[in-house]
Amino acid sequence: MTTETASRPFNAASFYEFLKEGKFMGVRCRENGNVYAEARPIDPVSHSNDMEWHELSGRATLSTFTCISVAPASLEAKGFGRNNPYCTGIVTLEEGPRISARIAGVDASNPQNIRTGMALRLDLSEIDPDEPGLVFRPA
Amino acid sequence: MTTTRPRRLARQVSIVGAGLSQFGAYPDKSSRDLFVEAFQDMQENIDTGISATDIEAGYLGNYSADLFEHQGHTAPIMADWLGMTPTPITRVENACASSGSALREGVMAIASGMYDVVLVGGVEKMTSLPTEGVTDVLASAADGLYEVPAGLTFPGIFGAIAKAHMDRYETNLDHLLKVGVKNHENGKLNPKAQFQVTIRDMMERRKARAEQRGETVPEWADELDFLNDARANPWIAWPLRLYDCAPITDGASCVLLVASEIAEQFTDKPVRIAGIGQATGRPLHDADELTSLSAAKVASAQAYEMAGVGPEQIGLAEVHDCFTIAEIVASEDLGFFAPGEGPHAVDEGRTARTGDRPINTSGGLKAKGHPVGASGVAQVIEVYKQLRGEAGERQLDNPNLEFGLTHNVGGTGGTCVVNVLQRS
Repeated sequence: MTTETASRPFNAASFYEFLKEGKFMGVRCRENGNVYAEARPIDPVSHSNDMEWHELSGRATLSTFTCISVAPASLEAKGFGRNNPYCTGIVTLEEGPRISARIAGVDASNPQNIRTGMALRLDLSEIDPDEPGLVFRPA
Repeated sequence: MTTTRPRRLARQVSIVGAGLSQFGAYPDKSSRDLFVEAFQDMQENIDTGISATDIEAGYLGNYSADLFEHQGHTAPIMADWLGMTPTPITRVENACASSGSALREGVMAIASGMYDVVLVGGVEKMTSLPTEGVTDVLASAADGLYEVPAGLTFPGIFGAIAKAHMDRYETNLDHLLKVGVKNHENGKLNPKAQFQVTIRDMMERRKARAEQRGETVPEWADELDFLNDARANPWIAWPLRLYDCAPITDGASCVLLVASEIAEQFTDKPVRIAGIGQATGRPLHDADELTSLSAAKVASAQAYEMAGVGPEQIGLAEVHDCFTIAEIVASEDLGFFAPGEGPHAVDEGRTARTGDRPINTSGGLKAKGHPVGASGVAQVIEVYKQLRGEAGERQLDNPNLEFGLTHNVGGTGGTCVVNVLQRS
C-alpha cells in the first residue's frame, strides 16, 4: 500500500474515492484483526483507535435481499421503479463482515428465483461516479 | 465501562391523562393544529381537569417537521399554541421512536425530583409531501452513507429482514398478510384510527365499485386471495406488499405524567410506569442477526427488570408494526414467543384480541396509522385505556389485566424504547 493510500482519513469520502479508483477498501483493527467494510476510525468491538486500510477481495455471498418496486429518486432516475424493480440486500464478504449492496445481474421481477447463499463479486463497472454505491453481481 | 447495575427511578411516575388527535390525512391541519387537538382531547379525559399553566415542563417527539413542513424548532410553537409559554418544552428526535424517547425523558425529569407535572407527546404532519417525498424523508432515518447508497429504502430493509426470517424459519407471505388482517380488525373498532375498516370491507368495496362501473367483478374468495392479487395489493419491496406497510399519517398524541404520590389529585385510576428501557442498535448489515432487532431485546430486558415482571405477565402489548414482519419479529424479541414461533402464533390467532397474547388492539401502526413522531406515545395511550377499562368496543375481556407493554422502534432498530405499564 502506498503512503498516500495509507494516510487517507477513515471516512466515507475516502471509502467512495477509493471505490471510484477501482479499489474496495475496508479497514482492519491492528489490535485484534477485526475487519469492517465501512471506513470506521474506531473498532466498535475492541474499542481500539488503531485502524489501518485493508483491501477487500470483492468476493461475497448473498445473505438476504429485497426487490424494490417503489424506488427512491436517485434510482428512479436510473430507470428503476414499478415496472423495473431492482434487487438490493446484505452481502457477507469473504473476509467476514457484512455490508449493504445493490445486486445487479439478477431478475428482480422474479425474486423467487434469486437464491440467498449464492456467490457474488463486486462489479466496479456498475458504480456511478456521481452517486457511488456498492454493486455486486453473481460470480 | 459496561455496567449491569439495576436501573431504578428515584421517584415513581404515573400517567393520569391521555389525548389523541384523529389520525388520517388532513390537508388543512398543520403540526400545531394536530397537537392542540390531542391536548384538548386529553383535557376532556382528565377526571379533575388540567390547565396548561399547571404543567411544569414538556417533551415533544417529532421526527422531521423540518423536511415535511419546512418547520424546525417545533417545541416552542407547541408551547405557544397551548398557551404554555414560558414553560420549557424540549423536542426529542429518534426517528419513529421520537415520542417513545420523549416519554422516557419526561419520566426521568419527574423521577429526578425536578418536576411533578410534565406533558409528553408527539406529532407528525406527513401528508404534505407526495409518497415519493415521504419515502425519501423516512429513508433519511437509515444510514445515509452505507445503506441508502446501496438503494435500500425503509420498506426495503424490512423486506430484507422478512426474507431472512423466511429463509431461517417456516415464515411465509401469508403469515405477513395475516398480521395486517388482524390489525385492521382491531382498527375497525378504534374511533381514532385512520382505517376503521377490515381488509374484507376493503375487498367488498372494490368489488362493489367494479360492479357499479360495469367492469368485471374480481372473484376474490377471501381476504388472503384479495391480498395475494398484485393488482389489488402491489409489491413495494418484495416480500412486502402495500398492505404490509403502515400508512402515511397526520396525527398527534400526548399524555400527562405526574409524580405517583400526587396522581390521585387527577384521577382515581392512574397507570404507573413500572419499567422503562431504551437501547441503540446498528444497521442491519452490522447486526448480529438478520432476523431480530438487538435493541428491542436489550430495551425489553431493562424494562422487565425494572418492573420485576417477565413476558408471561404482560396482558397486552402495542408493538411497532411499521411493516407486518416487524410485528412478528417484535413478538419474538420481546420474549412472547420463541424465535421462529411468531408466525405460527399469528396463524393460531394467539395475537388477536381474543387470543392469549393480544398484540396491537388499537389496530397498530398498520390500521390506526403511523404519524411517526406521535406513534410511541399513541401506543402508550392504547395500553393506558385498556388498563383503565376504557377501550370501548375493543376492550379486552380480561378482568385480571394488570401489566401492558409498548415497543417503539426508531428506523430499522437504531433505537428501541420499551415501557411496562401497570394498573394501579
